[in-house]
Amino acid sequence: MPPIISIANLSKVYGTGHNALKNISLDIRKGEIFALLGPNGAGKTTLISIVCGIVTASAGSIRVDGHCIATDYKAARRAIGLVPQELTTDAFETVWATTGFSRGLFGLPPDPDHIERVLRDLSLWDKKDSRIMTLSGGMKRRVLIAKALAHEPRILFLDEPTAGVDVALRQDMWRLVRKLRDQGVTIILTTHYIDEAEEMADRVGVIRNGEIILVEEKAELMRKLGKKQLTLHLDAPLAALPPALSGHDLELAENGRDLVYTYSTKGDAALTGLLADLARAGIGFRDLDTRQSSLEDIFVDLVKERP
Amino acid sequence: MNWYAVRALYRFEMARFWRTALQSIVAPVIATSLYFVVFGAAIGSRMASVDGVAYGAFIVPGLMMLSLLTQSIANASFGIYFPRFAGTIYEILSAPVSPLEIVLGYVGAAASKSILIALIILATATLFVPIRIEHPFVMVGFLLLTAVTFSLFGFLIGLWADGFERLQLVPLLIVTPLTFLGGSFYSIDMLPPVWRALSLANPVVYLISGFRWSFFGNSDVGIGVSFAMALVFLALCLAGVTWIFRTGYRLKS
Repeated sequence: MPPIISIANLSKVYGTGHNALKNISLDIRKGEIFALLGPNGAGKTTLISIVCGIVTASAGSIRVDGHCIATDYKAARRAIGLVPQELTTDAFETVWATTGFSRGLFGLPPDPDHIERVLRDLSLWDKKDSRIMTLSGGMKRRVLIAKALAHEPRILFLDEPTAGVDVALRQDMWRLVRKLRDQGVTIILTTHYIDEAEEMADRVGVIRNGEIILVEEKAELMRKLGKKQLTLHLDAPLAALPPALSGHDLELAENGRDLVYTYSTKGDAALTGLLADLARAGIGFRDLDTRQSSLEDIFVDLVKERP
Repeated sequence: MNWYAVRALYRFEMARFWRTALQSIVAPVIATSLYFVVFGAAIGSRMASVDGVAYGAFIVPGLMMLSLLTQSIANASFGIYFPRFAGTIYEILSAPVSPLEIVLGYVGAAASKSILIALIILATATLFVPIRIEHPFVMVGFLLLTAVTFSLFGFLIGLWADGFERLQLVPLLIVTPLTFLGGSFYSIDMLPPVWRALSLANPVVYLISGFRWSFFGNSDVGIGVSFAMALVFLALCLAGVTWIFRTGYRLKS
């Protein structure tokens, strides 16, 4: 299946000389949830803004659902809904009017039933006649999502959708994103909250200093780069690691009462060897626990490690 | 053509107009009524008629033009500047709309508003002075041409401005003086020869003169010249707007 978004050799140099994107190539698959992770200023918003037509690319090409965003921009943009990072809303408009406006702007005839569905899905229905300026920050965020969904887009960009929103709204939003994905909508989200990507994404892209440094299936990424830690709570504290165990990646913790073993999840058989060596050395333990590294740990490692 | 988008933008702008009716309709009508009281009743009664037209009636086309110019510029410049200022422009930039469609929506709405205000002023004026319109079609033509041209000009200012101060700069420092010196309240024939010659460099002179011709059948400069000058200014504004959208100046980084 051809990618729904195809970005090739994309670069952006702003007028200030800031090189925000450096020769980026990226394909987004139809129907997936793609999480774009990166620290502040990495180029996430610039990338989204170029695809959506808000910022002009310096070089490279982008096709959205087969349409070039420069020459066939109307067809390309019709497929896209964008929820921006900033809470930019028309303060004096009502929720109903602003959502209908978005639908018209994207070239569709009025459809009150669709707008009602969108507002109900976002728990905005009882606020439909409220002016936007009277709403809370979280409600304004919902309004922005409603506006983006008003024209039934096939691709939805969510730029930091849950920055500064409470837990209930985050849960609501995740539910909505899953529902949209089930309807076949492709979703690209940028986020600071890595647990969000971990919970939601099918694939993860990591961007740093304007370069995509990694694109991977989330499960594969966790498997390849994830680490596990086994902590053994010893029967008797050790003063130092016995030489018999020097072949393993071990550390003593808690004044010698705990033995911490770090291993990769790639599935080698070292664990069995370690346990055998422990038995031979006569080191007993009364309990153990394991911890698997989160996407957050992987992300921090990635962003730190690469020069 | 994305007519739904044009309609959405137009309606959005008109909704803003009605929402601020007190400011957008009542204020210009009060201001114009004051001009009638001061220039028409108080001073006008002591002035001779101009080219056979009573002074109170003589200033009506000029007052309508004054409002038409300032309101077209104010409405169109604010209309496009505010989304840029508030950030809501993102939606218009990311929508499947062409520059022509954006201009039709914004400029169409701004021109509609200023024409409406000019007509309200005309209706108000009939309360003070008897008005006759000798060439109603030419009058409507001038009204449309001027409203569209200056709404385009306002749109340009709204795109160029990078602060509320600049938004006011051109209307306050250039347009208002040119309008007052453009013969709103006098015939340029009343001026000494030097000032009369200088006045001919003021584009507003041609607009007011042509508009006045449509009312009273006589004017400072020929109606053909007036029309031609209005069209030249329209062409200049169209060229400016086209250039901005081609280059993305102030719209896209």
